[in-house]
Amino acid sequence: MLEIENLAVEVEGKTILENINLRVNKGELHAIMGPNGSGKSTLAYAIAGKGGYVIRNGKILLDGEDLTRLEPEERALKGIFLGFQEPPPLPGVKLSTLIVAALNKRRGVKDLTKLSSMRDYKAILEGLEKVGLSKSYALREANVGFSGGEKKRAEILQAMLLDPKIVILDEPDSGLDVEGVAKIAEIIGELRGEGKGLLVITHYARIFKHIKPDKVSILVNGKIVAKGGGELAYKVDDEGYKSFS
Amino acid sequence: MTTNNAEELLSAYSPEDVLGYAKPVKTSLIIKGKLSRGIVEEISRAKKEPGWMLRLRLRALELFEKLPTPNWVIGLEELDLEELAYYVRPDVKEPAVTYEDLPPEIRDYYDKLGIPEMEAKLLSGITFQFESETVYHKAKETLEKKGVIMLPMEEAVIKYPDLVKQYFSKIYPIADHKFAALHYALWSGGAFVYIPKGVKVTEPIEAFFLIGQSLEGQFEHSLIIADENSYLHFIEGCSAPMLKRYSFHDGAVELYAHGGSAIKFTTIQNWSKNVVNFNNKRGIAEENARIDWIEGGLGSRITYTYPSSILKGANSSSSSIVIQMSKGPYVKDSGSKMYHLAPNTRSKIINKSISVDGGVNIYRGLVKINKGAVKARSHVECQSLILDDHSYAYTYPHNQVEEPSAIITHEATTGRIGEEQLFYLRQRSLTEQEATSLIAIGFIEDVMKDMPFEYVNILRKVIEIEFSKVGGLG
Ligand SMILES: Nc1ncnc2c1ncn2[C@@H]1O[C@H](COP(=O)(O)OP(=O)(O)OP(=O)(O)O)[C@@H](O)[C@H]1O
Ligand SMILES: [Mg+2]
Repeated sequence: MLEIENLAVEVEGKTILENINLRVNKGELHAIMGPNGSGKSTLAYAIAGKGGYVIRNGKILLDGEDLTRLEPEERALKGIFLGFQEPPPLPGVKLSTLIVAALNKRRGVKDLTKLSSMRDYKAILEGLEKVGLSKSYALREANVGFSGGEKKRAEILQAMLLDPKIVILDEPDSGLDVEGVAKIAEIIGELRGEGKGLLVITHYARIFKHIKPDKVSILVNGKIVAKGGGELAYKVDDEGYKSFS
Repeated sequence: MTTNNAEELLSAYSPEDVLGYAKPVKTSLIIKGKLSRGIVEEISRAKKEPGWMLRLRLRALELFEKLPTPNWVIGLEELDLEELAYYVRPDVKEPAVTYEDLPPEIRDYYDKLGIPEMEAKLLSGITFQFESETVYHKAKETLEKKGVIMLPMEEAVIKYPDLVKQYFSKIYPIADHKFAALHYALWSGGAFVYIPKGVKVTEPIEAFFLIGQSLEGQFEHSLIIADENSYLHFIEGCSAPMLKRYSFHDGAVELYAHGGSAIKFTTIQNWSKNVVNFNNKRGIAEENARIDWIEGGLGSRITYTYPSSILKGANSSSSSIVIQMSKGPYVKDSGSKMYHLAPNTRSKIINKSISVDGGVNIYRGLVKINKGAVKARSHVECQSLILDDHSYAYTYPHNQVEEPSAIITHEATTGRIGEEQLFYLRQRSLTEQEATSLIAIGFIEDVMKDMPFEYVNILRKVIEIEFSKVGGLG
């Protein structure tokens, strides 16, 4: 369970987030919605521990353990996964190598880039098929020349394979075609079914036509201005964010 | 011999780690002092070589004295030739043919470098030079059966004078630059290989060069002649233990690829961090012949290496792939040179460098296409990866094209690892060092496929381990 208590985040001396309180339970889908620039990605980065995102106040707890001072890789090992809004290209690093390295790291295997079992390879290939990417993507350089939608598919693939406790997805639906959105929604549903906690960030309720969130928080101008159940997502879709500010 | 020397080599990067501090090794002759005719004559006498070779040395000495220090040489301030021993003969009478015959101190190095395993698994011939002389030399039977001549260079000078005279210093000219002249005045050691017509040597031959003491000069000379339609892969490896002061390496390689033949020449340079390394490499390719240079430069304080091919015959081709890593206050100055003298000649240069922790990489390449080299093609690719803001990479590609139908294409990129990439990989649970090494390995991955598998493993490990060392990245 992820708990965010009273969080205030500053970037380059500017307060971006204030007084954020959130909870993502096991097996629960929590949606964060808000307009451009409202601080959604900032929240995701702050949880993942990105440098420069200074926590001025508050705490981030995972199953009661305070993560606030941990390095990003330590948080990742504890079970935080972030699917990036814009994953950076990694020239020379194959998507499969990236996944193998992350899996090996989790298991304490020293030689990070060495495939430690054929099962991993099989899982990658099956996962690719599931997210709608061809097998050849295993050998493509990660995020290099990937289309917007392909990047999103590769991110959700990693969320599936790395077995985190909390999956944060920053705009998993942007750039995806209709079929892609349905697919991602289906996988989100499965992850939830496995008992993972999901924090899904998005502008539109598009993806929630396929899967209803358990909770919705509306973020405007760095503050949570409304909280509610799944229906709140559809309200935003109909009325926009104006009614919340 | 422990079971896992190869593994030891793999799990420790720097030659200092593998070989430790230089240990005293018995020597039977040391020649040093102010460089003079007397010194050169003494070396020649010690080697009992014919008069023509002495005359060549003396001519080289004169040229050395006349030639100016090349203006591209930087960072040689510390080099004081008068401090150096020009010739050091280890106390080994004949090159050993079984490895048990080696003095234990030398055998220890040999073991630690995992050379016995490589010999057993990979090679058809091996020659191991310690200080100025070959101490171990073995051509497997298959080579003899095929009529391949593989000898320590000085033995070839005595046994096959006509063959040697025809090529020696004819490919890499004595007057090319000051340090080439110095090399020819003082040369000692190196391998001679002749591959007869039509013979293809499938398993590589390796020469391994080790400098055992500080304030020593090593000037080995290797000459490889591939007769028509033959093939050889030659690997050269260089290393040194931790030295108190510096040592100087000024070796030369000459390749002659006759019509339709192919020579692949791989260098894995892993000198310790106080070796000043000069490498003079040149090959000539006749009609339809091919020369491939591959070089992985890991160690040394400063390296100057410019593998060069002269594409003399029509349809001849050459590639040069150079990977340089400069980590710490070290410099690699390298660059391939391709001279197109004939029609339809093709060349490809790939230079990749990684600079980190204050390391500097310099690329100085040349593609020269002469008039009449109709439809010659050349492609040059320089890629630099710079891992922090106090490391540098410079590229100075140079083209001279006199033939209108020729085409040169050129690509240069300089990359830095971005904060976003690092954070992304850390979010995937890798430490900053692991993330950096993953990106660095990825950077050179595509060219590593051209290297022997054993070396690829070493190279990968080197990078992983370099980046995991305490202190990490700037
Ligand atoms: N590194 C930074 N330096 C300065 N300002 C920043 C930085 N990062 C974010 N901000 C500011 O913080 C605010 C929130 O940005 P954030 O990226 O979190 O928004 P978002 O809700 O994810 O928007 P979008 O929907 O467009 O992705 C914006 O005003 C942005 O300009
Ligand atoms: Mg955002």
